[in-house]
Amino acid sequence: MAMDKKIFTTPILKSNPITVLVLGICSSLAVTVKLEPALVMAVSVTIVTGLSSFLISLIRKTIPNRIRIIVQLVVVAMFVILIQQILKAYAYDVSKQLSVYVGLIITNCIIMGRIEAFGLNEKPLPSLVDGLANGLGYGLILVIVAFIRELFGSGTLLGIQVIPQSFYEAGYMNNGLFIMPPMALILIGCFIWIQRIFQKEESK
Amino acid sequence: MNTNKNSYTIIYATILVVVVAALLAIVSLGLKDRQQENIQVEKQMNILGSANLGKDVKNVSDKNSYIKEEFSKYVKEAFVINANGEVIAKDSTDIVKSKAFGIEPSAQFDIMRKIEQGNTSYRDKLELPIFICYTPEGEKLIILSCYGSGLWGPIWGFISLKDDFQTISGALFDHASETPGLGGEIVTDKFRSQFIGKIVMQDNNIVPIKIVKGGIKDAKHEVDALSGATITSVAVQTMIENWLKVYEPFLEKQK
Repeated sequence: MAMDKKIFTTPILKSNPITVLVLGICSSLAVTVKLEPALVMAVSVTIVTGLSSFLISLIRKTIPNRIRIIVQLVVVAMFVILIQQILKAYAYDVSKQLSVYVGLIITNCIIMGRIEAFGLNEKPLPSLVDGLANGLGYGLILVIVAFIRELFGSGTLLGIQVIPQSFYEAGYMNNGLFIMPPMALILIGCFIWIQRIFQKEESK
Repeated sequence: MNTNKNSYTIIYATILVVVVAALLAIVSLGLKDRQQENIQVEKQMNILGSANLGKDVKNVSDKNSYIKEEFSKYVKEAFVINANGEVIAKDSTDIVKSKAFGIEPSAQFDIMRKIEQGNTSYRDKLELPIFICYTPEGEKLIILSCYGSGLWGPIWGFISLKDDFQTISGALFDHASETPGLGGEIVTDKFRSQFIGKIVMQDNNIVPIKIVKGGIKDAKHEVDALSGATITSVAVQTMIENWLKVYEPFLEKQK
């Protein structure tokens, strides 16, 4: 079985779903104001991509080709609803913060994209790894963006104040722009830019 | 096997959907109690918060049992009043199971809007919850509910009055989807604590709290607005005014 390490490493950096494939932008703008929801979102998406790729790969030979997208959608939706229910029961505060975005994991292009491109053709275990890795690649960008936005936008990290009070007394102010969605787009744009500089050679 | 046959496709889809639906139904049933409990604990926490109680919630490992214990310790009575300020239900045993606790402020807000539009028949349907809380210092607080629309979605909260029925002792606000960092700041202690000590009744009339920009001039009735969140600030002001108006007949009777 071709359990290449590459299946795991490429999606995290070289073909990162956000900065290279430019998928899942919508949610990465919405949930990155604070670090905590970004972390939960990252974990949730990772679990959903991994498990749905795995399950689809398990039943890939039985799926009628004409309704394969519907089958994928049902499987992804099932996992998303499961996560939503579990969050509501065991992490109520976080589920309140994420509100509609957990439900919107269903529409995250990364999940369906990976199932179509990988899960439908490969064995279950590599599919699981590929799904998890893509989720992690997505989560990595999410966490970095959230880190920067929370630090400069609110002066806190995970809700704990990190910029000392003396700075504020000296006239420092939180940058309101970092709280607004456009700043996430600008940050992600910068990441794409940086990554393209380093990967220029390879892509030629 | 030919997986492209019509009959196969239909049977496949049917089985898949039934299996998934059954699984989700089981999970939903299994977690329902816990989810309901979370919603109730949240409400108890908000009521306590408006009375400046339950502050150790961040330091305890079992949040739910801590809040429940604090709530039963301090919140001792609950009334339901009608639009004329008459008490129509009273509970003093298990507040969480009381009628007042079960009232959804959102439903009452809909009724209030209908009354405002001129449907006076809805006046009889109005039911307003009031909670009485005795603080560890022995103070009696009257906790009123409120609910309104913010910039993006609903906002709600609880306001506690001292037993002179006119001085605010504490306030707590929450929201569904105000902008984080701007309108979302209504939940912060910094914004909430401004309401402490404000006067809402004078000479038997409601004096609405004004949320003003650029520094307060009247320390008794004004609160500083949130910068960059004008609409949410105004929404809080309107919400408090609307609900004080419906509570007014009751508050007047207490004089």
